[in-house]
Amino acid sequence: MSDKQYRLASAARGGLLYMRGVPGVALGDRVVVRDHGGRRRNGQVIRTSDEVVLIQVLEGTDGLDLERTWVRFLDQPFEIEVAPEILGRVFNGVGQPRDGRPRLLSGLTRNVNGAPVNPAARAYPREFIQTGISTIDGLDSLVRGQKLPIFSGSGLPHNRLAAQIVRQARLTSEESQFAVVFAAMGVSFSDAEFFRNSFADSGVLRNVVMFLNLADEPTIERLILPRAALTAAEYLAFERDLHVLVVMTDMTHYAEALREVATAKGDVPARKGYPGYLYSDLAELYERAGRIRERHGSITMMPVVSMPSDDITHPIPDLTGYITEGQLVLSRELNSRGIYPPVDVPPSLSRLMKDGIGKEHTREDHGRVASQLYACYARALEARNLASIIGSDELSESDQDFLTFAEAFERRFVQQGEDEDRGIIETLNLAWDLLSLLPPQALTRVDPADLAKYHRWRGDAPKFP
Amino acid sequence: MGRVVEVNGPLVTAELAGVATGEQVRIGKLELTGEVIARQGASALIQVYEPTESLRPGEPAEALGHPLSVELGPGLLGGIFDGVQRPLLEQAKEYGDYIPRGGHLSPLDRRRVWRFEPRPQLKTGGRVAEGEVLGTVQETESILHRILVPPDVRGELTEIAGASDVTVDAVIARVRTDNGAISQLRLFHRWPVRSPRPYRQRDNAVAPLITGQRVLDTFFPLVKGGRAAVPGPFGAGKTMVQQQIARWADTDIVIYVGCGERGNEMVDILESFPSLTDPNTGRSLMERTLLVANTSNMPVVAREASIYVGATLAEYYRDQGYDVVMVADSTSRWAEALREVAGRQGQMPVEEGYPAYLASRLAAFYERAGRVTTLSGASGSITMIGAVSPPGGDFSEPVTSHTKEIVETFWGLSKELADARHYPAVDWVESFSGYVASCSAWWAKHVDPRWQELRDIALGLLSQADELARIANLVGPEALSPQQRWTLEGAALLKEGVLQQSALDPLDSYCSPRKQFVLLEQMLAIYRQGLGVLDLGVSVQELLRLPLLASARRLKGSYANDQMEGMREFAAKVDAEFSRLATEYAAQGKARQ
Repeated sequence: MSDKQYRLASAARGGLLYMRGVPGVALGDRVVVRDHGGRRRNGQVIRTSDEVVLIQVLEGTDGLDLERTWVRFLDQPFEIEVAPEILGRVFNGVGQPRDGRPRLLSGLTRNVNGAPVNPAARAYPREFIQTGISTIDGLDSLVRGQKLPIFSGSGLPHNRLAAQIVRQARLTSEESQFAVVFAAMGVSFSDAEFFRNSFADSGVLRNVVMFLNLADEPTIERLILPRAALTAAEYLAFERDLHVLVVMTDMTHYAEALREVATAKGDVPARKGYPGYLYSDLAELYERAGRIRERHGSITMMPVVSMPSDDITHPIPDLTGYITEGQLVLSRELNSRGIYPPVDVPPSLSRLMKDGIGKEHTREDHGRVASQLYACYARALEARNLASIIGSDELSESDQDFLTFAEAFERRFVQQGEDEDRGIIETLNLAWDLLSLLPPQALTRVDPADLAKYHRWRGDAPKFP
Repeated sequence: MGRVVEVNGPLVTAELAGVATGEQVRIGKLELTGEVIARQGASALIQVYEPTESLRPGEPAEALGHPLSVELGPGLLGGIFDGVQRPLLEQAKEYGDYIPRGGHLSPLDRRRVWRFEPRPQLKTGGRVAEGEVLGTVQETESILHRILVPPDVRGELTEIAGASDVTVDAVIARVRTDNGAISQLRLFHRWPVRSPRPYRQRDNAVAPLITGQRVLDTFFPLVKGGRAAVPGPFGAGKTMVQQQIARWADTDIVIYVGCGERGNEMVDILESFPSLTDPNTGRSLMERTLLVANTSNMPVVAREASIYVGATLAEYYRDQGYDVVMVADSTSRWAEALREVAGRQGQMPVEEGYPAYLASRLAAFYERAGRVTTLSGASGSITMIGAVSPPGGDFSEPVTSHTKEIVETFWGLSKELADARHYPAVDWVESFSGYVASCSAWWAKHVDPRWQELRDIALGLLSQADELARIANLVGPEALSPQQRWTLEGAALLKEGVLQQSALDPLDSYCSPRKQFVLLEQMLAIYRQGLGVLDLGVSVQELLRLPLLASARRLKGSYANDQMEGMREFAAKVDAEFSRLATEYAAQGKARQ
């Protein structure tokens, strides 16, 4: 069948092409659509019956007519070519080279949809990754095999943060470097260049494989792109034993492309016009992160989600948060006060932190210090809120202490340089410097033993009992 | 044999006459499994439990003649099954790290040999009825598995095996049913998941389910046989609450259904439970636990089935006379699976795209909870605990609001509490329990008669403090009276000393009912005595500086459940401190006169 071309399109609209009278076409198969000018487009079968075959055309249906459009069914699923040599290369959304170099000739292909990992075959992630960023390492630690998104907003420095993480991320126990899979969906040319330059400057470029779809390129291709990128990541991690860090930006553009096609298909919308299966669809991508028992490699994932109007309850960040193992939320307020990285501490979270820290991985007091910093900062924000109403002079003595703590916490702990790579012990010691601004009786989440060892309170400290 | 005519995502239309809705169908060359959900003319609409990629019109479709059923017998505990009861551990051994399509391994291991002990009272020639115990098998060290006559078999026992080592599919008894047919009984039988298993009668649930979590047991209790929901936005700790319950609840069996959630959470349980011990039996937790996992990346249709599979497994252990806790995380993902299939069928959506039957399906699911007298006269129960994941944390959305009408215990989780790392982030304003009165008698008998009284005082104090905090946020705490400021401190003591509980602290992760009560009593005693000395003229600033306040907050993690004498010593020191203050100020007051 693969040799046959059909000219039986019955309708073309919204990126979808309807074909009549082509029986026996398999769901998910790849097709090539040739328009009257001879241009080839990529397509995928998304519904198939005896009468009608529905094709999603990745480059869109603009400029297609029904009479002179030819469709060739390749009789194979959507696959990309993989090889160790993909590192250092740049591909488009369907895995074709866009760096001017020849295509891979490995003969190895992998289905972009992958297959779900058997949960019983997974290994629980518990190896601490040091990113050199205090808010992440100290408060929301990343572990190998985790999926931890960055929730951001337009104009916030999520790209700079992601690039810094890529440059600095390493395991404290091993020297091995991460291989990086970078998936860019609908990003601007300048953002893509920023990443490329950042990787080049730090000398990691030969360890990076990029999949790029720029803002002015076909939207529907963004539906395949992260799948192609994750297929490459799975190959590198589970067949080539590498530790892979996947950065996907921007998931919002991905979800918008999904909505565009869903609307054209007439799917029942759930919230804000997004289809009801957005959760499952995102999960198919995010759940490809992880570790597998008895395999050496791992996939650690950092998707970037820009929250429309900074709204964390918008379906895209909301559903992402339900799937991923925590989130780093960026704050417009901290950013406007010149604090980089502007990580909004209270809503940020790492669910897998508990097993990746402590005596065996970082330091025995880590978990308690993190919990204490969170509690103190929450109390300090209340004090700051109150000060904005009644004035800081009216605050009680202890609230004043907390106000001082908040300022120091933001300026010394949260804020750091874009090239500043802090070790985890440095981060924890810094945390104790800040906690030493508060009296010991305010610190009930750490042990008395921690206080004795690390806390340097200058005031008097009565004891009970 | 029919043929496929259309493939639309997980829905397949086939020309397949003579099948019933609900019937299982095998589809295509890959032998995918599906279920008929509608009939129209000679064609059947089938929802497929596996990915349909590469399936094409023209492939065969074959009806299997039975509805979606599970195998019920020894060998379930300690296992992990997918949403249609395929054994995931065995699949990993057989097919590797990824879920295969068209795999047909039996849920129960056919090669494993069990020691069957017949019930001595049974005599051949006697009559046996539905649900009667034929004998036992030691399934795990802590659970004795009772082999039951299936709920649809009764008649004359013509043959019963003696004590013997048998596999699950060996015939252990024969029964001549009333129409003269011979029924062969094995260690296992099958049951369709969408039909609740029968029981003799429903009973009132009276005993609390002790989870060892203070905010749950003391403030918003649940009973064995009750229904509870845990709604909360992401990051509020739903999964942590559910896992803590699965770990520590004083129940015989735990069925944990991971419905559309993370794969790593299932691994967490698989890796951690075997080494944790049940506080009540001292045995490994995995011996009483069974996992049903349809993670978020697994096919959506099997997700819809998974909670019925879980409920049927729960009913089977209930019918053996056990107390079962079924945890479903998350019912929202189940509802979304329902919505996805409804949407693809073109059914009219009502609220947020959900079909009109959402509420009735939810109600029917929770109705499978309850305490019952089984067909054999034993007492068993199923406690249902469903997590709810409301979009945007909005509790007015359809799944949360319908669930709220059905359940009796509602543990609403709050983002604000979670952001301040106050865990478990159970919001004391949003949450409720309809079982307080029935639990009160148990607490009075086993722990202390003042339980309900102190609980009510504590909740009153918390709500009074919330009110005062609102005022303080407008005018500053200095504008409050000393008594009011002490009330804020009293509530803070309750929050940090009682409500907050660390799942990671070995001394605090499980809190016995006695320790729960002592902690509550202690915090309230400090509050009450503080009020007393305020009246004598002690300044509130001096009270707030008392170092015993920090020690009281650490009390929960300072003494283990069996170190109550340490708590009593602490209480004595607190009393001494307050009486010192009282004497001092009483003397000063006299001096001033």
